[in-house]
Amino acid sequence: MTYTAWIIITASLVGLSCGLIGVFLVLRKMAMMSDAISHTVLLGIVVAYLMTRELSGPHMLIGAILAGLLTAFLVQWLHNLDLELHASMGIVFTTLFAIGVILISTSIGNAHLDIQHALMGEITFVPFHTMELPIVGAVPVTTVMLAVVLLIVVITIIVFYKEWKITSFDPALAASLGIPIVFMHYLFMSLVSITTVAAFDAVGAIMVVAMLITPAASAYLWTDKLSIMLLLSSSFGVISAIIGYYIAAWIDTSISGSMAFATGIIFIISFLLSPTHGFLSRSLGKQRNQFS
Amino acid sequence: MWSILSTSNTQWVLFSATILGIAAGIVGCLSYWKKQSLMSDALAHAALPGVVITFLIIGEKNLFFLIIGAAISALLGAFFIQWVQSSTRITEDTAMGMTLSVFFGLGIMLLTVVNRTAGGNQSGLDSFIFGQAAAMVRSDVNTMLALAFFVILIVIAGFKEWKLYLFDPSFAKGLGLSLSLMNVLYTTVLVTTIVIGIQAVGVILIAALLIIPSVSARYWTQKLKTMFLLSACFGGISGAIGTAISAIGRGWPTGPFIVVVAALFFIISLVFGKEKGILLKHLQFRKQQKAHSQEIGHHPVFQKEGK
Repeated sequence: MTYTAWIIITASLVGLSCGLIGVFLVLRKMAMMSDAISHTVLLGIVVAYLMTRELSGPHMLIGAILAGLLTAFLVQWLHNLDLELHASMGIVFTTLFAIGVILISTSIGNAHLDIQHALMGEITFVPFHTMELPIVGAVPVTTVMLAVVLLIVVITIIVFYKEWKITSFDPALAASLGIPIVFMHYLFMSLVSITTVAAFDAVGAIMVVAMLITPAASAYLWTDKLSIMLLLSSSFGVISAIIGYYIAAWIDTSISGSMAFATGIIFIISFLLSPTHGFLSRSLGKQRNQFS
Repeated sequence: MWSILSTSNTQWVLFSATILGIAAGIVGCLSYWKKQSLMSDALAHAALPGVVITFLIIGEKNLFFLIIGAAISALLGAFFIQWVQSSTRITEDTAMGMTLSVFFGLGIMLLTVVNRTAGGNQSGLDSFIFGQAAAMVRSDVNTMLALAFFVILIVIAGFKEWKLYLFDPSFAKGLGLSLSLMNVLYTTVLVTTIVIGIQAVGVILIAALLIIPSVSARYWTQKLKTMFLLSACFGGISGAIGTAISAIGRGWPTGPFIVVVAALFFIISLVFGKEKGILLKHLQFRKQQKAHSQEIGHHPVFQKEGK
C-alpha cells in the first residue's frame, strides 16, 4: 500500500475510535476530563519509557492507562474533598503534565522522546515504523495499535451498551438498578486513556481532544438517538481526518492541526444548519413565531 | 547559579515573573469564585492562533502587538463558548473543550507554516507553547510589567465592587452597579493576565498559575481580602522560584517549573491548611470520635450488668 493510503487509514482509525468514545464524553458532560487525561498520558508514557527504555507496544499502553486512572482518581478525590470539579481537574492535570515535561526536557531530552512530537503528533512518520503481520504483510505499528484499540472500544461499547446508555443519561436510575456506576466510570476512563495513547503518535495530546469532543458535539446537534449519534460521530471523525489530511497536503502544514481544524469546520456547519438545533433553523423558527 | 541570577537581564525576567504570578494569583481568585477555573485554560489555548496571525501580519516578534492579537483571538474563543452554550443544548464543558482544541489546532497549523518560511524558525514563537522566560528581552519585560500592574490596579481599586459582584450580584445590581460592565471588566483582566503570561509560562500551563494559587489560598482563610493576598503571594513566589530554577539549565522551559512549585504550595495547603485542611479535619474527626465513644461508654445501656 502507498504512503498516503497508510496515513489516511491511520487517521481514519483515530477518527473512528475517538468519535465513538467522544459521544459518551459529551453525554456524561466530561469533555474536559479528556483534556485532562490527554495531558497526563504524557507523564505515563515518560515514566514507562524511563523504566523500560522502550518506546512502543504494551509498556506505553499500560503506562498511559495507569496515568489516566491516576488522573481520574485524583480529580475525584479532590472533588470529594469539597473542591469544585473543574478546579480539581485544573490542578491535577497541569501538575502531572508539568512533571512530564520537566522529565523530558531535563533527563531524556536527547532521546527519541520529543515533546514537540508528543504534543503535535507526527503522522508523517507513522508509515516508516512497520511490523510484519501474517496475511497482510508489513503494517505500521501505530496503525496496528489503533486497530486493536478500536476493537477493544467497539467490543466494550457493544457488550455494555445498555449500561452505558443508562449511566450516561440517568446515573441515579442506573445506581438504583444496581449497575456498578463507579466501575463503569473507571472502565470508561481506561477506554479514554487507551484511545488517547493510541492516537498520541498520530495526532498528539491536544489535537486528540478535538477528535474526541468535536465530532461528538456535532453529532449531538443532529440526532436524539444514541445509536445514530454513535454512527454520525464516528463518520464525522473519519471525514474530518480525511479532509484534514488534504488541507495539510494542500498548504503543506501540520496534519494533526488541520485535522483538528477540520473537526471545527464540521461543527460550524452542524451548528448553523442542523434542522432541530441549528442556529439558522432556530432563528427562522423564532421569526415565524413572531409573525404568527 | 548566583552568577546566572545576578546578570541584569535575569533579574528583570525574575522580577516580571514574580509580578505575573501576583497578577495571576489575584485574578485567579476572581475566576475561582466565578466557578470558571478551566475557562482560563480554554482561553489560553484559544490565544495561540492570534499570536501566529499577528506575527504573519507584522513580520516581527513585537510582544506588544502579539499580545493584542492573542487577546482578540482569546476573546473570540470566549464569545464562541458563550454562543454555542447559550444557543444549543451543548454544555459549557463541551464548548470549552472544542474551542480549546480547535483553536489550538488552527494555531499549530499556522505555526508550522510560519516555521517553514525563511527566518520563521528564529521567530521563537515555539516558546509560546511552553514559555521561555529567559527568551524575553527588556522591551517584552516592560510591556508585561505595565499590563500586569494595570490588572492588579483594576482588581485592587475595585475590591468592594468585585466582592459584591462575586457574592451577591442581585444586591450589587440594586446598588446601581452595572453587572454587564463588571462582566466586561472581568473578561478583560482575565484575558490580559492570560496573554501576558503566555510568553513566560506558555499557553498550555498558564491556566495552572490562575487556578492553583487561588485554590491553595482558599485552604487558609474565609476572608476574601486575605485570600487575595495569600493567592498573590503563592503566585508570586512560585513565579520567582520556578523561573530561577529554569534559568539553571540550558533551554529548560519555565512554565512547568513554575507549575510544580505552585503545586507544592497546594499540597502543603491541602494537608496543613487552617480551613478544611486534611490534617486538621482528621484531627477534629478523631477528637469527635473519642468524645462520642466516651459519651456512649457512660451511657447506662452500655454499662455492664451487675456493676
